[in-house]
Amino acid sequence: MLSVVGASCGSDEKGAAATSTGDVTVFAAASLTAAFTEIGDAFMAANPDAKVTFNFAASSELVTQIGEGAPADVFASADMGNMRKLTDAGNNATAPQVFATNSLAIIVNPGNPKGIVGVADLADENLILVVCAPEVPCGKYAAQIFESAGVTVTPKSLEENVKAVVSKVTLGEADAGIVYTTDVKAAGAKAAGVEIPADINVVAEYPIAVTKEAANVRGAQAFIDFVNGAQAQKILASCGFLAP
Amino acid sequence: MSRGRGSRVRLPAPVLGLAVVALLFFALPLIGLLWRAPWSNAWGYLTEGDARAALRLSLICSLWATLLSVVFGVPLAWLLARVEFPGRGAVRALCTLSMVLPPVVGGVALFFALGRRGLVGQYLDRWFDVRLPFTTAGVVVAQTFVAMPFLIITVEAALRQLDQRVEDASRTLGASPWYTFRRVTLPAIRPALVAGAVLAWARALGEFGATITFAGNFPGTTQTMPLAVYLALESNPEQAIVLALLLIAISFAVLVGLRDRWFGRSDRSSTTVLA
Amino acid sequence: MTLSASLSLQLGTLDLQADLEVEPGELLALLGPNGAGKSSLLRCLGGLEPIVAGRIVIDDLVVDEPSTDTFVEPENRPIGFVFQNYLLFENMTVLENVAYGLRARKTPKADARRTARQWIERVGLSEYADQRPRSLSGGQAQRAALARALATNPRVLLLDEPLAALDAGTRSSVRRDLRRHLATFDGMRVLVTHDPVDAYALADRVAILDAGRIVQVGTLAEVTAHPRSRYVADLVGVNLVNGVVADGVLTTEAGAHVVIADAQPGPSFAVIRPPSISLVREKVARSSARNTWVGTIAEVDRLGDRVRVGIEGQLPLTAEITAAALDVLQLQPGDEIHASVKATDIEVYPA
Repeated sequence: MLSVVGASCGSDEKGAAATSTGDVTVFAAASLTAAFTEIGDAFMAANPDAKVTFNFAASSELVTQIGEGAPADVFASADMGNMRKLTDAGNNATAPQVFATNSLAIIVNPGNPKGIVGVADLADENLILVVCAPEVPCGKYAAQIFESAGVTVTPKSLEENVKAVVSKVTLGEADAGIVYTTDVKAAGAKAAGVEIPADINVVAEYPIAVTKEAANVRGAQAFIDFVNGAQAQKILASCGFLAP
Repeated sequence: MSRGRGSRVRLPAPVLGLAVVALLFFALPLIGLLWRAPWSNAWGYLTEGDARAALRLSLICSLWATLLSVVFGVPLAWLLARVEFPGRGAVRALCTLSMVLPPVVGGVALFFALGRRGLVGQYLDRWFDVRLPFTTAGVVVAQTFVAMPFLIITVEAALRQLDQRVEDASRTLGASPWYTFRRVTLPAIRPALVAGAVLAWARALGEFGATITFAGNFPGTTQTMPLAVYLALESNPEQAIVLALLLIAISFAVLVGLRDRWFGRSDRSSTTVLA
Repeated sequence: MTLSASLSLQLGTLDLQADLEVEPGELLALLGPNGAGKSSLLRCLGGLEPIVAGRIVIDDLVVDEPSTDTFVEPENRPIGFVFQNYLLFENMTVLENVAYGLRARKTPKADARRTARQWIERVGLSEYADQRPRSLSGGQAQRAALARALATNPRVLLLDEPLAALDAGTRSSVRRDLRRHLATFDGMRVLVTHDPVDAYALADRVAILDAGRIVQVGTLAEVTAHPRSRYVADLVGVNLVNGVVADGVLTTEAGAHVVIADAQPGPSFAVIRPPSISLVREKVARSSARNTWVGTIAEVDRLGDRVRVGIEGQLPLTAEITAAALDVLQLQPGDEIHASVKATDIEVYPA
């Protein structure tokens, strides 16, 4: 069982100075919200003339928006599948790089009142379980996990992004959900987590790339380099991400 | 009824111009959808199990929401229109609050009231084993919450405009207030009532934010058409377009079909005799 | 078995107080100027407005008595009400309108319709029974409203200006019809009107309501013979002077003196008919007319061969002279004039 205390993830280390200017618009998966916000602040501290703005949403939604011409400079996806949609459409300017990985965990109410120890417990029909919809990465991963574990579940709701799953649990409406380990950490005292063993767990690869229509290519690349750099990687680790 | 010679209305050119712009504003998105629709695969998308379930759920829930809006909204409108009590203005604002509230906020607010740990919801759960989130009933609740104000506003306005003396006449003939309401007031406000109900139904049918937040999303139970469209957009935009067009087609058919018959005057004289 | 009311009511700035009693088979007309409170009084009798103090009793049933917290709703009073604009239900046919009261009182549909048809026939609207009210003319609508009110067999019939909404041409024929239909009704009837001709044609007794008070009650003949209010005086077309009689002289509040013949001392009314007033340009020294007042001409109205001259002064009067006399005297508004009347030409009665 994994209990997490503390809401933010952070690092005090200062990174190497770089000079970057202009506005950078980053479309990033919802599960990157806490980490990237902090990385963004660090980037702007290191590059006072630069400004980073984020659009956090489900990766699938973001790639659709980019396809329809939304003004993104950088796309950071929660899975390879959605990044592939971007590259297949020829909407990337650089080859995607995996900058972090994430695994999934079971999120439960603080104190784990239903006494869940593993994925098998989620098959209980009296349990109010919510997972992501299969159209979004988190939902696909959850389905994979249940298949690997040979467990059949009846979720009460298929949310359209992972943060919605988190809020349903933290608000007390749901008993359990499948989310990223980073989400469990980010929820802090409002939720508790149950580890999913590595043999059935999924490793979600997080790729990042510059978009073809990027307005600020230099700034975009600088941001990606920053994300791959030591300072950002430390931030990612403290949020619960694993190395690429 | 013969058509008079002066039945053509001439609109000043600038006004006509603005009207045409407004018309295009509404027509273009629809045309855009029709243009991008994958007509060759359309039937497959429509007859797919989840799509049919979403459509059926949407229609059933929106009709229930409309019914509840009428049953509870008309008495409330009557109260607001006829009874003077302190704080009436504030109460009226409260009833129409959900019109200005972002639907997702409305959904969250419903949680705090009727959710498992909500103000009232916790007792519903503990004493009656009734849970609203993640159920079809929850969908109806969310839709009613956003739709009822439309009916209340329309009906209240009509009641205020009504000549109350006709109700006086009814009472002097021996009719109780309820009989008066049934046989005199209601028929008199019928056009407004129908208009309000149609507005409420349309709002309920298109409701998304409060539904997905409060009731959740599960095919067959809580996944209404707007939710299905939104999710389809993530993985299969073509299917999303087809589903959206279906929803539009149904709404269109209802609105056009109802328009003249029920929105206009309810009584048609057989002859006009002037002694 | 009567309608008796003794009530007081506050309408905005108007304070209404009235006592009246109506016998079965009797029609009392409430006559008075607009704003006197007539319609409000009628609405109180009908229960559409509560009174502030007093008591209304219909046939031994106390329907409104604030002191005992008694109030009977209009639907439970044995009344029928005919409104000024008829207020027929537009969404129902004439037959359904007339049957409405019976249906509302739980009469079975077939019986109600049968009774309604009888009434419709009585008022001569049979061919319109299945039509909507808006295809009726004013007179027909009035008859329908009457039938509707009478179909429930009320004890009291209240009519609020029933002829006011009609144009002058149809009014007299409709008035005749109304008289005929009302004659067959044996309950109590109260009719509100501002037209004295209605009162003359339809009423047994008249109550004059002015500024919230009933100033006179009686038959129309009694009331007009001895006016007690400016309203009735204007109606009849006479000058009414109010004052105190002492030693053969009536003194008004303004201080004018009216010499009169054989009258009892005390507060009194004096009636001076306009044709009995003579107008002179200069004061005549010796004349048998004991009364002469000085005044200024306010207005001159020609009515054919007669002229009405309005005079302002200590004693305002309206005099009536011939057109020829007007030309001879060359009277203009603003001229000073002397008005004189013989004491024997003045009728006086106690107030």
